[in-house]
Amino acid sequence: MKSLISVLPLVFSLLLSACGQMELRATGDLGVVIEREAGSAQIVNTSKPAMLSRIEGLGDLSHASVVFSRDQRYAYVFGRDGGLTKIDLLRDEIVKRVVQAGNSIGGAISQDGKIIAVSNYTPGGVKLFDADTLEQLAEIPAVYGEDNQLSKVVGLVDAPGQRFVCSLFEGNEIWLIDAKNPRQPQVQKFQSIGKQPYDALLTPDGHYYLAGLFGEKGLALLDLWQPELGVKHILQDYGKDDEQTPVYKMPHLEGWTVAGDWLLVPAVGRHEVLVIDKRDWSLAKRIPVAGQPVFVMSRPDGRQVWVNFAFPDNQNVQVIDVKDFSVVKTLQPGKAVMHMEFTPRGEAVWLAVRDEDRVMLYDTETLSETARLPAQKPSGIFFSNRANQLGL
Amino acid sequence: MRPVWLLALVSAAVLAEQPTPQRQQELIDLLKHDCGSCHGLPPKGGLGPSLMPEALANKTDAFLLEVIQKGKAGSAMPPWQQFLSLEETAWLVQQLRQEGWK
Repeated sequence: MKSLISVLPLVFSLLLSACGQMELRATGDLGVVIEREAGSAQIVNTSKPAMLSRIEGLGDLSHASVVFSRDQRYAYVFGRDGGLTKIDLLRDEIVKRVVQAGNSIGGAISQDGKIIAVSNYTPGGVKLFDADTLEQLAEIPAVYGEDNQLSKVVGLVDAPGQRFVCSLFEGNEIWLIDAKNPRQPQVQKFQSIGKQPYDALLTPDGHYYLAGLFGEKGLALLDLWQPELGVKHILQDYGKDDEQTPVYKMPHLEGWTVAGDWLLVPAVGRHEVLVIDKRDWSLAKRIPVAGQPVFVMSRPDGRQVWVNFAFPDNQNVQVIDVKDFSVVKTLQPGKAVMHMEFTPRGEAVWLAVRDEDRVMLYDTETLSETARLPAQKPSGIFFSNRANQLGL
Repeated sequence: MRPVWLLALVSAAVLAEQPTPQRQQELIDLLKHDCGSCHGLPPKGGLGPSLMPEALANKTDAFLLEVIQKGKAGSAMPPWQQFLSLEETAWLVQQLRQEGWK
């Protein structure tokens, strides 16, 4: 007994030094960078910019997106090949991976963080999964028309009230999915909302769902406070007599593009950013920009909006000052800027510059580069603070 | 509108010299990343249809050239003729059919 007591301090000190060597990692500092060609993702630190690890074997990430668990410990990666992968950001490992469809476009996490929803192209529809286990809870085929065709599903977001909202690309419908009972979700369908909705956004307050239309002008607007009013077609006539330019990459509406009373969205087939007055949904201004906008993203404080572009203008990024809607800067970070992500309070923005194999960081006040990190064909950047944002 | 004129050009194009190795690499990158943003990587489909050899098997070269060069009305496929010569397009179609470009 005596000998045991005498060695205890030694055991404790060994334990202490072991703990001292293990670096604690706070999840609020973390992010994920998608590397599209290799099918891998980097886990990065966003406060001290650096790659922490690389997770491989995520499948086809030629179109990928990420949502975070609300404790910010896990990232769910949605791949093109229908892969849904749950990554542990603390242990740098894949917890679980399922291939849940043949072709997939994105996903969302429910208000309570317990359900993962995935929007699929093949077979067209939405599937719901348990966020812990990735067990499938429900399948909602995107059936439309008289002959029960399946539509590709786009623009899937979470909404307050344990709901999801999505759009049917060929079906021209918006579906409001109540997942309070996730094994038996209730679907409210809005038909003939406009031709070919290609993506959608939820306003940051969770009040409005807006789907952009590819097949005709304007956007489809659903007021989630009063869904009984139906879907309204806004900006139906903008620029309808203007010449259309080809669209070499579909614009995206994901991201916060609401700045005060203004909603900024990419025009389709025009080198313009559209400013919508959120009070009456009228077109307030058309801002000429350097190409077909893809992402139009507002800095968290809403003062600036950053825009990237489709091929062949994707070497540019433009910064719009929301004060007077002027383009204050055109940056040329490198070939093929795919995506942008702001730090939680917006002092910096990270750019995925695909063809240069790097991520570049800019100070959003000086608009100058502050750092660059190597990445293999980076295409998407997602920070863990998205865990706490509606619609992201 | 039958693209007969294209057919004639295509046969000529296939016989013509291939893109330089550097240009071939650029074309493959375009295929992977720019075509791939809609068609996938490998191009098993996305918003656009699959471009895998089996999916293209029943499509003629002339049809594929026409769609790539001029785009397809009513779909999201844009015209690429401003960026791709006929020869380059024909070479890309060959690569897609062979699947040897990955």
